[in-house]
Amino acid sequence: MKSVHCPPLLLTLGILLSTAGCGGGGGSSASNNPPVVTPAQNVQTIVVDSGPANTTNLVFTNVTICAPGNGANCQTIDHILIDTGSSGLRVMSSVLAPSLSLHQQADLNGFPIVECAQFVDGFAWGPVKLADVRIAGEQANSVPIQIIGDPGFSSVPNACSSTGPAENTVQTFGANGILGVGVFLQDCGPACASSSIYGLYYSCPASGCQPAIVGIAQQVQNPVAMFATDNNGVVLALPSVPPAGSATVTGSMIFGIGTQTNNLLGGATVFTVDPNTGYLTTLYNNRTYFDSFIDSGSTVIFFPNGNTPVCTGPGGGLYCPSSTQNFSATIQGIDRASAPVSFSVANADSLFNANPGFAAFSNLAAPNSDAFSFAWGLPFFYGRTVYTAFEGQTTTGPYIAF
Amino acid sequence: MLQVARISGVALLMLAVPLTASAALGGDAASVQADQQQLHGTLRLAVRGGERFVVHELQAPSGTVIRQYAAPNGIVFGVAWEGPSMPDLRQVLGGYFQQYVDAAKSRRARGPLVIQQPGLVMRSGGHMRAFHGQAYDPRMLPEGVGPEEIR
Repeated sequence: MKSVHCPPLLLTLGILLSTAGCGGGGGSSASNNPPVVTPAQNVQTIVVDSGPANTTNLVFTNVTICAPGNGANCQTIDHILIDTGSSGLRVMSSVLAPSLSLHQQADLNGFPIVECAQFVDGFAWGPVKLADVRIAGEQANSVPIQIIGDPGFSSVPNACSSTGPAENTVQTFGANGILGVGVFLQDCGPACASSSIYGLYYSCPASGCQPAIVGIAQQVQNPVAMFATDNNGVVLALPSVPPAGSATVTGSMIFGIGTQTNNLLGGATVFTVDPNTGYLTTLYNNRTYFDSFIDSGSTVIFFPNGNTPVCTGPGGGLYCPSSTQNFSATIQGIDRASAPVSFSVANADSLFNANPGFAAFSNLAAPNSDAFSFAWGLPFFYGRTVYTAFEGQTTTGPYIAF
Repeated sequence: MLQVARISGVALLMLAVPLTASAALGGDAASVQADQQQLHGTLRLAVRGGERFVVHELQAPSGTVIRQYAAPNGIVFGVAWEGPSMPDLRQVLGGYFQQYVDAAKSRRARGPLVIQQPGLVMRSGGHMRAFHGQAYDPRMLPEGVGPEEIR
């Protein structure tokens, strides 16, 4: 496996100064290396570093949010996690300036709409407010976003806290916020627009919160799909990472697919995903994993690896093979397009102990979450250009391409 | 017998009754009436696995399906879920819920979660709008029942 150690790109006033000739060496069998991306309206710098909560393999960016219609009342927030596994912008209340004036979303009775955002490992609770969202040179107006951990709504309904541990602080969440740019346009969709569901959206009069029906347009949604242009998908381009890891990694998030010369699909293969679940298929070791997904918000690759031991040290829960193992699997779209993907799994304890300050590792993995699931987390994105095409915005989406 | 089909292959007996019985992991499927409102779902009864276990299947209003696997003695030894929202895990996991919360808090990763402890194996995966997971107590698995059957 060829590895190119890229010097970090320079970030000056939000402008990406690319380093000529260094676009990543290709992760294993990946043939399409991330392009050298020049500054443009639709290009935003992204970075993997240890973030505000000393994390590994979380990719962050800056997002500017403004009071709706008031370009003078804005705040740029750093270390917003980029997540292709969820939809919508969520920001920690604790990082917001008191002067930033966002509009509380209300239901038909005028009561505040508050959400329980569900993740596979916990929940985030807080009100839905309207904001103008700016990233790179793009803007979306009056976007419903979630403010997590707002002290004005400190009482969490039981049906929300019963879904898992709270992730209502920067430390427990691991970021100052999250930018969900997955294939779905909203975080709930038609289900929450037709019935009140426990553990998702709530109407919160002073007397207490009750599950509420919330229309599609009022739900927290993918701000990129609300941009005036370049709104049909998002492209993540990250360089490859050497076997020992990297302290930081810098890459690009490009908005739109096929809308500019810098976001053409080119030679990438399109893998359609299930329009209801976002899942595609992985073929591995003579088994078919129907519930597979490609998710920048997951920190490692989750897959079954026989009796490989799990770490007992700082890599607790991850695989700790005695020596690095190499694997090959095949990713297959619902449309049956397929491509082989190679990856390596190293001993996470050894990696973390050797370089405790490193934030980016291409060779971390953990047991899978389901007998039919193969989850391609951030290591998959290193050394690749990965396209996520939103539902309803393209004739062939939703899909993933790489 | 390892059933590889995902949801098909399960003989479902639809019962036109409101949810009147549900039991948390480790609880008694036959005796629990008090939980009926907690999951806000409709109950279907599925029988499979010969005489080895009975599956109580609940569908929550969100569409998420929760399956509770009860041994012949009535004890729920495993649970599984699949659908657009997370289930009420405090209800579904019962006394095991805090074990899950503590384990989830202690790890340094985001994304799918796997807990493997002597008294609890739990997996939670998927992503927003498509969740899946399972939990079981390996000490309670009936003879001849494999963990992969809990799904």
